[in-house]
Amino acid sequence: MENILEDNIRRRALRNRRFKWLVIAGSIVTVTPIFLIVINLIVKGARQINLSFFTETSPDTFQAMTATANGEIIPGGIANGLTGSLIMVLIASALAIPTGLMTGIYLYENKKKRYASFIRSLAEVLQGVPSIILGIIAYIWIVKGLTKGYSALAGSIALSIMMLPIIVRSTEETMSMIPVQIREAAFALGVPYYKMIFRVLIPCSFSGLATGVLLSLSRILGETAPLMLTALGSPVMSLNVAKPSSAVPLLIWDFYNDPNMVNMVWSASLFLMIFVLSLNLLSRSISKKRKYI
Amino acid sequence: MTDTPILTIENLSISYEAGKYAVKSVSASIREYAITAIMGPSGCGKSTLLRAINRMHELYPDINVTGDIKLNGESIFSLPAIELRRKIGMVFQRPNPFPNMTVYENVVAGYSLNGIRLKKSQRDDIVEKALRSVTLWDEVKESLYRKGTFLSGGQQQRLCIARAISFNPKILLLDEPTSALDPIATSKIEDLLGELRKEYTLLLVTHNMSQAARISDDSMFMYMGELIEKGHTETLFTNPRDSRTEAYLTGKFG
Repeated sequence: MENILEDNIRRRALRNRRFKWLVIAGSIVTVTPIFLIVINLIVKGARQINLSFFTETSPDTFQAMTATANGEIIPGGIANGLTGSLIMVLIASALAIPTGLMTGIYLYENKKKRYASFIRSLAEVLQGVPSIILGIIAYIWIVKGLTKGYSALAGSIALSIMMLPIIVRSTEETMSMIPVQIREAAFALGVPYYKMIFRVLIPCSFSGLATGVLLSLSRILGETAPLMLTALGSPVMSLNVAKPSSAVPLLIWDFYNDPNMVNMVWSASLFLMIFVLSLNLLSRSISKKRKYI
Repeated sequence: MTDTPILTIENLSISYEAGKYAVKSVSASIREYAITAIMGPSGCGKSTLLRAINRMHELYPDINVTGDIKLNGESIFSLPAIELRRKIGMVFQRPNPFPNMTVYENVVAGYSLNGIRLKKSQRDDIVEKALRSVTLWDEVKESLYRKGTFLSGGQQQRLCIARAISFNPKILLLDEPTSALDPIATSKIEDLLGELRKEYTLLLVTHNMSQAARISDDSMFMYMGELIEKGHTETLFTNPRDSRTEAYLTGKFG
């Protein structure tokens, strides 16, 4: 009897150790690629990043070729991509944030209504739609229908449709984390419904809402496929939303297609990754600060 | 304390779904400037009854309320919500100060959230008066502009009472206001309720019999949605008429 028990315990301890090593190995396999990517980007891309990288538009092939041939760093930068991204993200946010917030609040307030669950499942479907298809939709609606040509506006629309389900979902989730007592407190003071939403519920859940918005931003910042069909890309800085525009991920694609500019690929990617990463970290630090939800 | 009823409940029934009644044709009158305790085991409908008095059930469309409640002879269902809730304030089981507001803002929330504009001096007066009457002023006067959620549980609950009385209501509804608090905070709130009784009519839901015995003037005993017995607390505790009241008071169930 004693023997059997001891045997059993020994075997279990062994199995425990084996499993522990398996888990450690798995985590190493997961993080290794991330480190490799970061190291690769820094080694190959950091050299190019200086002030003019942010203030100058992308170089032409000839400039890049001579610079590479002479072993110098490639002149020019990603300014056209930065302004393009900024404008498109701004328009997309202006469209998607209010719409998404309102939809999310509606879904939360009318949880059980059939129409609400229909909208909720539509939002879920929208989240699963491949981004290139949203690009095609924006191409048909805006590029062919409205601006009669590739435009920043079309890109913005495609991006805003991508943001929408993320914001709707995070809004509904955040709202449902507000204790019902807070709503009742407002109600017991005779506060009208819309004031309860704007003066109590939204301020109370501000950090959660901000997190959702930031996550949706970091999601669309790297989107390339829908922009290829809509904003197309442009070598110049343009503030005209009816004209084609560049964006940072589009520039990366352009750089990649030019054998002389490979180094720019690394720099632009490094910048984009750091930017998106900081957005993610920011949203995490905001959501950590939540006290009452 | 007077013998005039300030509130009369007439044949009130409340159902959460068709045919299932949480409160069954309850009629009662509540005396002015008294503490009336509503007791009963869990699920007896005492909170449901209390929440009908300031029409809290309107927040949930599935709930059906029939019968009438009259405040000084006037049906509460004919009053605009904001006016009704200025007359009947409510304090909840768990302290629920608005987490996005400071102590100061919480006290005047009833005014600011309803778009009632006040001068700074008026607001200062209301805040000081309300916080003094809940004996919180000395504890928080240095931190009026910190978030209300930084206070301790007992302080938060007193803050919520201050928020409710800042409107100067006639009636204060209290839904198990001490059940989430420790004994010291509880006794502070109980002392406070005794003080508040001089200016307000208090309706207190409690599952704590000794609390009802300690502080209430009148008591109501509810069981399975029905009002079984109502009377002076002393009479009800020493000489209950109904066998179910006696069984509850002697701890046979509940």
